[in-house]
Amino acid sequence: MSSNKFLKYEGPWSDANDPLMCSDTGSWRTKRPVVDKEKCIFCGFCALYCPIQVMEMVENSHFLPDLGFCKGCGICAKECPKDAISMKPEGDFQK
Amino acid sequence: MNTKEKAKTGPQIKVMTGNAAAAIASKLVRPDVVAAYPITPQTEIIEQISKFHANGEMDCELITVEGENSAMNAVMAASLAGGRVFTASSSWGLVFMYDAILATAGARAPVVMVNVNRETPGIIAVSCGQQDMISTRDAGWIFLIAETCQEVLDVVIQAYRLAEDYDIQVPVMVHYDGFYLSYLSEVVDVPLQEDVDKFLSVLKDQPERTKLVPGGRLGCGTHGILGGYLELRHKHMSAMERSKAKFEEIDKEFEAIFGRSHGGQIEKYRMDDADVVLVGSGSMCGTIKAVIDEKREAGVKVGLLKIRMYRPFPSEVMVEALKGKKAIGVVDRSLCFGFKGGPIYTELKAFETQLGGSKMVSFIDGIANTDITQANVEQMIDAICDLAAGKDVREVTWVSYPEANEPDSEKTGGL
Repeated sequence: MSSNKFLKYEGPWSDANDPLMCSDTGSWRTKRPVVDKEKCIFCGFCALYCPIQVMEMVENSHFLPDLGFCKGCGICAKECPKDAISMKPEGDFQK
Repeated sequence: MNTKEKAKTGPQIKVMTGNAAAAIASKLVRPDVVAAYPITPQTEIIEQISKFHANGEMDCELITVEGENSAMNAVMAASLAGGRVFTASSSWGLVFMYDAILATAGARAPVVMVNVNRETPGIIAVSCGQQDMISTRDAGWIFLIAETCQEVLDVVIQAYRLAEDYDIQVPVMVHYDGFYLSYLSEVVDVPLQEDVDKFLSVLKDQPERTKLVPGGRLGCGTHGILGGYLELRHKHMSAMERSKAKFEEIDKEFEAIFGRSHGGQIEKYRMDDADVVLVGSGSMCGTIKAVIDEKREAGVKVGLLKIRMYRPFPSEVMVEALKGKKAIGVVDRSLCFGFKGGPIYTELKAFETQLGGSKMVSFIDGIANTDITQANVEQMIDAICDLAAGKDVREVTWVSYPEANEPDSEKTGGL
């Protein structure tokens, strides 16, 4: 019999607790969304448009991405009506 | 009980085509969802199912999709939601749903479908051939092949026990020869609904397979990253291997209820004392059996090994049955591009070293409705008898195309 190392099911089923659902997609990112808290009006557009739903509410005042999963697509920055999100090269943060 | 009442309640002997037998089988298994698109030579199945559905005899969701690709995607989705499903196609339709066929296998959705064998796109041929089966053989489905209209009906019912079994969970495709079995009328013993219900009730006692539930936090088929891909493929391969013994068990249980057995992975016809053997599959086996009976009367010890389960390849039982035979001829109704011999010949050849010195040759015949006649079968049997006697026999013979067998073709094509 095969092992159930990654998946407890016989078929390719998994829930949000399975390791395969929690891959480190943040490592794919080349640009990082940086939120200007002063400009953010807490409208939530970034959270609604984020294709992988990683924008998290902070202190009921603004949104910040979960960088463990954010792939850096930039849709949040594009959709923000107040231009409060800018995409900064990932290399800038590794210096 | 008078005869009239008996006719209503007992098993009914009817004359019907292979397509009608497949349609009745799909009704008897009580599917939840049927999605299909008509194509020659499968159309009659869908016509019959539509009729059953319209008459209220079939309590299923019948989705009249816009094409085969949608048909397979619809039944795969319904299957993942826990439904029992059915679809049918052939040739061009089968390849139009090819990506969904692969996805269904990868998702381990226990879909059961009928493929009425027909030549594939390439050369437009509205005619029989197993090329469509060969073109989908590596998809990860279990493939079963029927020889008669009765076997079509029985194998479709058995296929549900195999696909939906908790230990298997692999989709099953039932193949039978288009234009021959699809339109051929034969006597068919139609089983009682309650017997089919009883036969399938075993599945209800098994653990419930995983399914999509509205609001549930579960996904399927998207998790092939990291080692998950390897694990899932290995589980799939293991399930395919388990399906061999499972199919034998299912055949025995079927016989206990319905009083008919077609054999398990293979059927052996006059094999026990045979010196030479033909290996075949599908409708050609009826003709082969008739010729074998004649040859036997003339003292030729010839037998037939009929392949009923083509995927997984029943190598163990085939080796056991063929071991020590002097000569083996494999009849293929399809081609294996890039190889000289037919596909089944090529695959069996991989086990040649286990056969104890049996000599093997390939016969290609029956392609695009060229009849595999009694004379053709006789020619094949004569050739393997020559082979057994130590005479020189071509490795590959195109029985209905003698031009391919000229000595010159060795130089030009090396065939």
